[in-house]
Amino acid sequence: MLHYIAKRLLQAIPTLLIVITVSFFLMHLAPGGPFDGERQLPAEIEANLLASYNLDQPIWKQYLIYLGNLLQGDFGPSFRYEDFSVTELIGQGFPVSLELGMWAILLALAVGLPLGIIAALRRNSSIDYLVMGTALAGIAIPNFVIAPLMALVFGVFLAWLPVGGWNDGHWRNMLLPVVALSIQQIAYIARMMRASMIEVLGSQHIRTARAKGLSEREVIWRHAMRPAMLPVVSYLGPAAAGIITGSVVIEQIFGIPGIGRYFVQAALNRDYTLVMGTVVFYGALIVLLNLIVDLIYSALDPQIRYDD
Amino acid sequence: MSQLLLEIDRLRVDFPLPQGRITAVKDVSLSLHTGETLALVGESGSGKSITATSILRLLPELAEAKGDIRWHTPQGIKSLLDVSNKRIRAIRGNEIAMIFQEPMTSLNPLQRIGHQIREVLDKHTSLNGRAARDRVIELLEQVGIPEAQRRQTSYPYELSGGQRQRVMIAMALACEPKLLIADEPTTALDVTVQAQILQLLKTLQEQYGLAILFITHDLGIVRHFADRVCVMRQGEVVETAPTAELFRYPRHDYTKTLIEAEPHGSKPPVDASAPLLVDARDLRVRFALKKRLFRPNAYFEAVKGIDLRIQRGQTLGIVGESGSGKSTLGRALLRLLESQGEVRFDDTELTHLDGKAMRPIRSRMQVVFQDPFGSLSPRMTVGEIVSEGLRVHHPELNRRQRIERVTEALQEVSLDPAMRQRYPHEFSGGQRQRIAIARALVLKPEFLLLDEPTSALDRSVQATVIDLLRTLQKRHDLTYLFISHDLAVVRALSDTVLVMKDGQVVEQGDTDALFRSPREAYTRELMRAAFLDMPA
Repeated sequence: MLHYIAKRLLQAIPTLLIVITVSFFLMHLAPGGPFDGERQLPAEIEANLLASYNLDQPIWKQYLIYLGNLLQGDFGPSFRYEDFSVTELIGQGFPVSLELGMWAILLALAVGLPLGIIAALRRNSSIDYLVMGTALAGIAIPNFVIAPLMALVFGVFLAWLPVGGWNDGHWRNMLLPVVALSIQQIAYIARMMRASMIEVLGSQHIRTARAKGLSEREVIWRHAMRPAMLPVVSYLGPAAAGIITGSVVIEQIFGIPGIGRYFVQAALNRDYTLVMGTVVFYGALIVLLNLIVDLIYSALDPQIRYDD
Repeated sequence: MSQLLLEIDRLRVDFPLPQGRITAVKDVSLSLHTGETLALVGESGSGKSITATSILRLLPELAEAKGDIRWHTPQGIKSLLDVSNKRIRAIRGNEIAMIFQEPMTSLNPLQRIGHQIREVLDKHTSLNGRAARDRVIELLEQVGIPEAQRRQTSYPYELSGGQRQRVMIAMALACEPKLLIADEPTTALDVTVQAQILQLLKTLQEQYGLAILFITHDLGIVRHFADRVCVMRQGEVVETAPTAELFRYPRHDYTKTLIEAEPHGSKPPVDASAPLLVDARDLRVRFALKKRLFRPNAYFEAVKGIDLRIQRGQTLGIVGESGSGKSTLGRALLRLLESQGEVRFDDTELTHLDGKAMRPIRSRMQVVFQDPFGSLSPRMTVGEIVSEGLRVHHPELNRRQRIERVTEALQEVSLDPAMRQRYPHEFSGGQRQRIAIARALVLKPEFLLLDEPTSALDRSVQATVIDLLRTLQKRHDLTYLFISHDLAVVRALSDTVLVMKDGQVVEQGDTDALFRSPREAYTRELMRAAFLDMPA
């Protein structure tokens, strides 16, 4: 098992290297630079600035310098947030994004799973159609539409909840962004759980369970639940990564100080080091989440054992 | 001595579907006594499984069952179709147990087998703790699972097909039921394993005084195993009789057809001077199990150095159990798999030919696979499927000529050429296999690899396909390599037979001689299992 984990982590190195390389060169291909502004800086000052950040070097050299620094754990200084290193900015923003994301995933599971199961058990009934119809709408409407609408209704018209801000993670501030972030995932999970539950209920070992004389409740809880969960679990890795990184838009709308917000602003500002820092960080996070999901999967399914 | 146990009285099962009502079972009546084995025989779609699943009300949700199923107990008679859900659950797995065809999927893949057996005990008995655990081990020992103590913590995937079926039987017998419904319990198993499972059922039947309702399409098993037979066709019972009487004096025409459909006859011998068409020497196929970067790869050798020769016009039958390497051998001969060793076809050495050089030879060697459902593309019409080879090998033909060749090929296999426009799903299994044969024939090959071409078919359909293959061989002087696990079919079709086990030849020789006096112990075992104790 430990062997397997070590192997997976080693395999992550080339993956991350590709991510770094592609984003590094893409970013430098984009027109403009970190010190372009409304006002043209005096030539000498600009030259000094560029030199101090190594931006006057040929691009391949900049790339090697960046890789060298990265190896030492140095993401470099932010170009725009002076006096802050990228590591500090991520260190500040990530706990907020993580908290938001975790709540959103828990909510998505807590709501999505039961909805999917109910729909599967009442297949082709009006409840099923209602759940699946709503889920389809949830998938179809993007969260940048839902989020402002929710802010408008619950924050402005009804004035029940604050329209934005973090307030150190007070639940009142968190409720709207968490719900907005999880709606799509609820919909996906409900649909997936319904489909896989229906499939499992039609399988032969379920017939065996019924032939044993088990009640329908026992059949579902003891024999159908675990296999039906498997596809959902394998979806959770990418989903968790998606939620944590996808909170970019939601953080922007609700003014939450997570890393998503830095990411967007950094890209607009051509804050090269901060963009790269977030990309590397997200990349590593996705690799890690997928690994965790694979481990959970193997715990659920005895046929999958990572002992190599 | 025997008392009435179960009566099915004018059972009717309907499926109300959007496109109309389908009646799967029409007025079926039958009865079963204590300790008796009744075989319910019929081909696929005859309603035998539906009848059996009605007894425990395990039918699909849609189905509507009418009539009466009376279950006789010392406490009185219960009408199983009418008792409450709670009542029927108390009967399921307790008084009446069931085992199914697919041992691979009938167990919960995520739970240990001991736990799955224990669940039945927990449900229906007051055994608990130590007593229940001991009973689980006792049951596993009774059904012949070695090291029961240790194996009870195994997951189903760690067991072979035969062992899983044994676990299913242990689960069914846990509460000492009065009736066991066995729905094709050995169909998915190799013949030797089948024989063991049947023997086990027989022993347990005597031990527990069990009545068995045995559903099967295999008359060989019926003859060996059942006291009485009930023949079903298209949802109706056509004949019920004691086994010996039914085989000796079948009354209904359909019963006669079924009995005659058992493969028989043998192939007229080939002229001994016929030239050699296929000649393979020391053929080896290995699969890499694990690709390793700095160490040599681990290999599994599926075919371990086999020599074989087939004369023009001859049929070589290859028999063996699943995993013996027979399909791999066939594919290696056709160069559909990478292999070591020499293969000569006619006067061409195939071993070193590349894909392009192989192509003209490909049209001379064709293949028909086992699964008539999986091996035809569902998105292509029959015409497209059959003519595809012509497009590759005979680009000079125009559309009209191609249609002519396709029509000819379809007529050869007795299919209406007008069906060219249809898709595979519109055909039955037997018809699809004819399409697959037409697809091979259209190129006018000399050599056909037939990889279990009749295994997925009902006996009566199988008989017609075998007749077709015989006729085609005679008409076109075809050479066959016939792969099958079904010894009766191989015997009816082949000149020579090669018995395989674990990638090696166990025995090879003239069909008649080999079947009459097999030399090797394994061949004898295989035959005993395949023909049960039927007269040879």
